[in-house]
Amino acid sequence: MDMISIPVVNMTPILPEIFLSVLAMVLLLINVFKPGGQKSYLAYLSFFGILATAVLVGAGWGGYIESFSGSVVLDNFATFFKMTFLVAAGLAVLISDKYMEREECNHGELYPLILFTVVGMMLMASGTDLMTVFLGLEVMSVSLYVLAGFNRANRKSNEAGLKYFLLGAFSTGFMLYGMALIYGATGTTRLYKIAQIVGQMTLPSANILLVAGMLLMMTGFAFKIAAAPFHMWTPDVYEGAPTPMTAFMSAGPKAAGFAALLRIFLVALPTLQVEWSQVLWVLAVLTMTVGNITALRQDNIKRVLAYSSIAHAGYALVGFVAGNGTGTSGILFYMLSYAFMNIGAFAIIILVAKKGETNGNVSDFAGLAFKRPVLALVMTIFLFSLAGMPPTAGFIGKFYLFSGAIQKGYIWLAVIGVLNSAASVYYYLRIMVYMYMKESTEEFDWIQVTAPVTLALIISVAGSLIPGIIPSVILQYAQMAVKLI
Amino acid sequence: MSNVLSLTTFLPILGVLLLLFIPKDSKGVLRNITLAVTVVTFLVSLIILTGFQSNAEFQFVENVPWIAAGPFIMRYNIGIDGISLWLVILTTFIMPIAVLSTFTAVEEKVKEYMICLLLLETGMLGAFISLDLFLFYIFWEVMLIPMYFMIGIWGGKNKIYAAVKFFIYTMVGSLLMLVALIFLYFKGMQAGITDFGLLQFFSLKLDLATQIWLFLAFAFAFAIKVPMFPLHTWLPDAHTEAPTAGSVILAAVLLKMGTYGYVRFAIPLFPEAAHKFAPLIATLAVIGIIYAALVAMVQEDVKKLVAYSSVAHLGFVMLGVFAFNVEGITGGMLQMINHGISTGALFLIVGFIYERRHTRLITDFGGLSKQMPVFATIFMIVTFSSVGLPGTNGFVGEFLILLGAFEGQLRWWTIVATSGVILSAVYMLWVFQRVMFGELDNPKNQKLADLNTREIAIMVPLLVMIFFMGLYPKPFIDKMDPAIKKLVAQVRIAPVSAQEMSPELMQMPAAHSGIQQQGMPMPAGHPGSTLPPGHPSN
Repeated sequence: MDMISIPVVNMTPILPEIFLSVLAMVLLLINVFKPGGQKSYLAYLSFFGILATAVLVGAGWGGYIESFSGSVVLDNFATFFKMTFLVAAGLAVLISDKYMEREECNHGELYPLILFTVVGMMLMASGTDLMTVFLGLEVMSVSLYVLAGFNRANRKSNEAGLKYFLLGAFSTGFMLYGMALIYGATGTTRLYKIAQIVGQMTLPSANILLVAGMLLMMTGFAFKIAAAPFHMWTPDVYEGAPTPMTAFMSAGPKAAGFAALLRIFLVALPTLQVEWSQVLWVLAVLTMTVGNITALRQDNIKRVLAYSSIAHAGYALVGFVAGNGTGTSGILFYMLSYAFMNIGAFAIIILVAKKGETNGNVSDFAGLAFKRPVLALVMTIFLFSLAGMPPTAGFIGKFYLFSGAIQKGYIWLAVIGVLNSAASVYYYLRIMVYMYMKESTEEFDWIQVTAPVTLALIISVAGSLIPGIIPSVILQYAQMAVKLI
Repeated sequence: MSNVLSLTTFLPILGVLLLLFIPKDSKGVLRNITLAVTVVTFLVSLIILTGFQSNAEFQFVENVPWIAAGPFIMRYNIGIDGISLWLVILTTFIMPIAVLSTFTAVEEKVKEYMICLLLLETGMLGAFISLDLFLFYIFWEVMLIPMYFMIGIWGGKNKIYAAVKFFIYTMVGSLLMLVALIFLYFKGMQAGITDFGLLQFFSLKLDLATQIWLFLAFAFAFAIKVPMFPLHTWLPDAHTEAPTAGSVILAAVLLKMGTYGYVRFAIPLFPEAAHKFAPLIATLAVIGIIYAALVAMVQEDVKKLVAYSSVAHLGFVMLGVFAFNVEGITGGMLQMINHGISTGALFLIVGFIYERRHTRLITDFGGLSKQMPVFATIFMIVTFSSVGLPGTNGFVGEFLILLGAFEGQLRWWTIVATSGVILSAVYMLWVFQRVMFGELDNPKNQKLADLNTREIAIMVPLLVMIFFMGLYPKPFIDKMDPAIKKLVAQVRIAPVSAQEMSPELMQMPAAHSGIQQQGMPMPAGHPGSTLPPGHPSN
């Protein structure tokens, strides 16, 4: 019998996670000992904590360290995604403070929960073992369930929290079962080893355990990234959750889902690429089409963006189906730019809405451009970026996603993608129509653009425009990041 | 002055930056600055015109790296030849006129309007000078945004419908073109092409099946923009609802994007496919000419009538371009400029009376020539130009187009199209008669003021060009001639024998529909002599 050997543990790869966890717990404690009143300082502390973490994460760029006997890795892929999560979290924190005060649910636990979510997402991105990924996923999900239902006094928020929890738990079951089956088929949960063992199989696609495991795992992830037909929770949760959390959920966890999906499928199951890309082809088409068609008929602006977010997951899946460097780097690029443009758009929604989440219909934006021209212009930039018009980041992202598909020969997928994109233009234009082409009924005098929100908007606009004009600033990193996997 | 092309293109953007610092209430200042910026842009563009050598090469070329990521390399690669030169000049020429026309027409949100105009100018110029396919696509799309807002914010009653329709129509076409563009790039990569530079793709040998698909995607995008029958339905809406300056620019420049796209991209990139589709496109062009003329005849709204006349005129352009000979393409290019000038002028004229009477219905007018003699004279000249009376610019273009198409393979189409010339005379002269002659019985019309100095100043440059191009088109033709000759040589293909192409055609069900087999000299046969789907050729 072997002696139990304690592996050499290198903590470097998870330093950012450790830092954020400690920060989160400290913030929780501060909140306990300093109850009531203003919570802004927590927002600022979290924001600077996130900045510091970004520095830590950024310092790891270019390195490659495996640790915990190969269940966690620090590589460019993980680093890129971690940056994306931090961007999403940083922006969400900036737009939360004022909102939470307005909605009178300014509880201090919000910020630690956001940080824990980020920790979970980071583990998902750097996990090279099914178990690590699963742990990360759970840390993320559990925090998100609370965040979705954070506004206790609001029934819709309660509904969102509960719905998200029930459906999320359900999907986690699928995923775990899938992981178990894969373990059964290969005898390991380490991604590299799975790849080795599957590579040695004579006919892996005939291995029922393996294929079933793969499909179940895919189902689980499809829930997390809100891909049709597993998207049913999204509109309700996005509508009910406090708006800053909706913004965060649409950008961060979706990116985390893609990070794990990409790593597991490209690292562990490349031999089955023909099989899974066929399934994903269907998922991508369904997701884009369902998202866009349904969004056309929405009046509530949060629901519009919820369905649009489903559609965007579909676009990203197009790049995943391609599975080549162009497509996958497109996903990385898109997830980061999506964080900027989508959270930016939600920031405007928060500003325009009144207490109790009223004023949240598309028609409530009527005449915004004449009363608050700068806000309308900023919103227009986000909307054009979401619609994929040049010269915005959204266009470059879609360009690379669809290019990946075309390069791989999936011409029809790309055609369906661009037609969807054209359809999506309608509902983004509709918001602009209200902002610019209808007379205003309101004075919009309740809008207060505080300093943190201004900062968030500036960052978002820069993040939506600069990569559109000089894509290399992000794209070259995205391409270096996908080289390793 | 090596950057003069970039300077011309981005001067309007500098103007936008300047406008941002002007308070929105100083309307006069905003207008004057915009006018000054567009005039300066025009003057700078004259440097290009005078420095342009009459040869077939691209000139004023600038080529610097822009994006290099992944499989793609995009460059900021611009330059002009005889084909794009006149469209650039047309754009810079029309812009000050369009700006001047807004001085009294636009009173609300002047600042935003001026910013839209300037952004639009950069977008249009950029599209004409791009020699990098990706760069072209960016400008092509960017143009949409200011035009969308111009129609949507300052338009008429149905503005939102018109604006959204305009945007989505164009978007669908251009996105499909984007897919084709990317596909073409990967095809080129296999053949050793390293970036999106247009010129390298001209020597790329593609098999016919690929060419057909790619041509269809490009042609679809451009056909929407031209607009060709049956994709023209956005145009009457957009034109009718757009404010005067918007209509002028839309007619004078934006529509040329489509025809220019054919001349610059679709035809030389995919010459064999273009030849295959020539009969189909010529048929659609001729249908457009006749149909639009007939529809124009029964319009009650002057502006809508002019809009439909645009469809007919651009049908002529398409006919000339798809003749694939020097006369036809020269005629097409000239007609693009002519149409820009005369239809631009017509929209201005409609704008003048609309500003005075706030109606555009033909029945509201009559006998205006008694009250507004100067206006009547100008309207008369522009009408003559539009119907192509000899001595005006319209004649030269239409004549060359018909000549080229007749000598080319489109003899029967030409014969039908010629009747369109008559029809255009019918509806234009008829509307002129109904508006200008007859009894001045409407009391509101009896107090109308004739054109003021500013309005005359707007029209004079256009009138000068109408006669100049009509009487002495040589300088225009001389500059574009070498480039067109080169293009014609480039798209002249060795007749492909029918046996060779039929196996590919078998896999291309879409290619069959309504396309005449090419290879034999286009028989003096029937325009509709198409082969049934799946029928083995010969």
